[in-house]
Amino acid sequence: MVCREVMDRLSPFLDDELDPVASRAVAHHLESCPSCSAAIDRQRKLSESLRHDLEYHRAPDLLRARVVRDVRAAAGRERARAGPAAPSWRWLSAAAAVIAVVGGTWVLAIMPRVLGDDATAREAVSGHIRSLMANHLTDVASTDQHTVKPWFAGKLDYSPPVTDFAAAGYPLVGGRLDYLQGRPVAALVYLHRKHIINAFVWPEASAHEQLAPAVTQQGYHVIHGVHAGMKYWVVSDLNEEELAVFARMFVAPSAKPSQGAVPPQR
Amino acid sequence: MTRESRPEKATPERRLSSQEMERFTECVLPYLDAAYNLARYLVRDPHEAEEAVQEAFLRAIRHFEGFRGVDGRAWLLSIVRNTCFTQLRRRRPGSERVEFDEEIHSPREEDSGPEADLTSATTAESVREGLDQIAVEYREVLVLRELEGLSYKEIAHVAGVPMGTVMSRLARGRRQLLLALRVGAREND
Repeated sequence: MVCREVMDRLSPFLDDELDPVASRAVAHHLESCPSCSAAIDRQRKLSESLRHDLEYHRAPDLLRARVVRDVRAAAGRERARAGPAAPSWRWLSAAAAVIAVVGGTWVLAIMPRVLGDDATAREAVSGHIRSLMANHLTDVASTDQHTVKPWFAGKLDYSPPVTDFAAAGYPLVGGRLDYLQGRPVAALVYLHRKHIINAFVWPEASAHEQLAPAVTQQGYHVIHGVHAGMKYWVVSDLNEEELAVFARMFVAPSAKPSQGAVPPQR
Repeated sequence: MTRESRPEKATPERRLSSQEMERFTECVLPYLDAAYNLARYLVRDPHEAEEAVQEAFLRAIRHFEGFRGVDGRAWLLSIVRNTCFTQLRRRRPGSERVEFDEEIHSPREEDSGPEADLTSATTAESVREGLDQIAVEYREVLVLRELEGLSYKEIAHVAGVPMGTVMSRLARGRRQLLLALRVGAREND
């Protein structure tokens, strides 16, 4: 490949959008051509600067509220016409009650568990949305775990584990009291690539150690787990993979060296 | 693109069934931030961006039956960008705005010269100002690529242009930005 051809392909090369053959040819040329490699260097620096220096404008709360209102309004009339549309889980719950009565007691042991997780996921997502909508993300805004952890003392009857994962690209930004499962719980707020993560923690004596796979709830990803007598629920609009990386670190911080060693993106 | 060939006969009063509502909430609503961010960079005014996004969501609700795919983000962003471009045309009506032409809007060979080399002296501020100076079509692909992390294929879907055009717009946009930064640096001397 000659310089001219390489210069024409710098952008797609940088964006990893060249086919493997062309990509290898460009890389090969760059090794031996100082002027082309200076050009790619300029482009790479520009890219980094754009990602780093440009603000990602999150939707203002008022706009969010307006849009949600519009969506609800569009569905509202339909509902009025068609009668109340019960969400499927409510039918499931009603069905469970019927089956329980008819089919015996074993159902009682299974259904509440499934429905319990589903309901908690909903509550966790509501908590997440509420924190974004009401401009009430944190009660204590601090990136210092030694400030956030003591803040919960006296507000909860347990002490939630608080760790900052800034080194892995998930900085702690603060904490908040929330209300889930009929009890006050600790909500820890983390950030990853400008996406907000709400992490709820409360004690759970009886449950087995586990880390459940992500589920999607109203477009948000939710992962829950149990570790060392604490129940953890994490919610975010972040993609599943990156949220799973966080959940692994968050739920079992001691496992960090082997599992959390994923380089932060951007 | 389907949204353009679709006749505007669907009334604004179109309703979402509860099933559609669930799907809309799951596939489209989560990209509100992406929508607002794109609008901010296209129209460059917070209030107009809010207006454009709200309008885009109303259009999205109206045309939701046309949403077949799984990629709610690209689908929503394509509506947002079209709404923004309509708003920009309204703001600068008539012949004031020359139709975008890559050949005209890209640097000519003779004045291409050396591009800026980004040093520590290149401030975040100057990068933002540089982005403001280039054509909105270049700004669009740069924001979709660098801030939204979209692939060329997804950008092509959003902007409604072939992939080859995405490639050349990104290359030219970056080059223009580097030239703008060089000029800016010289003016500051």
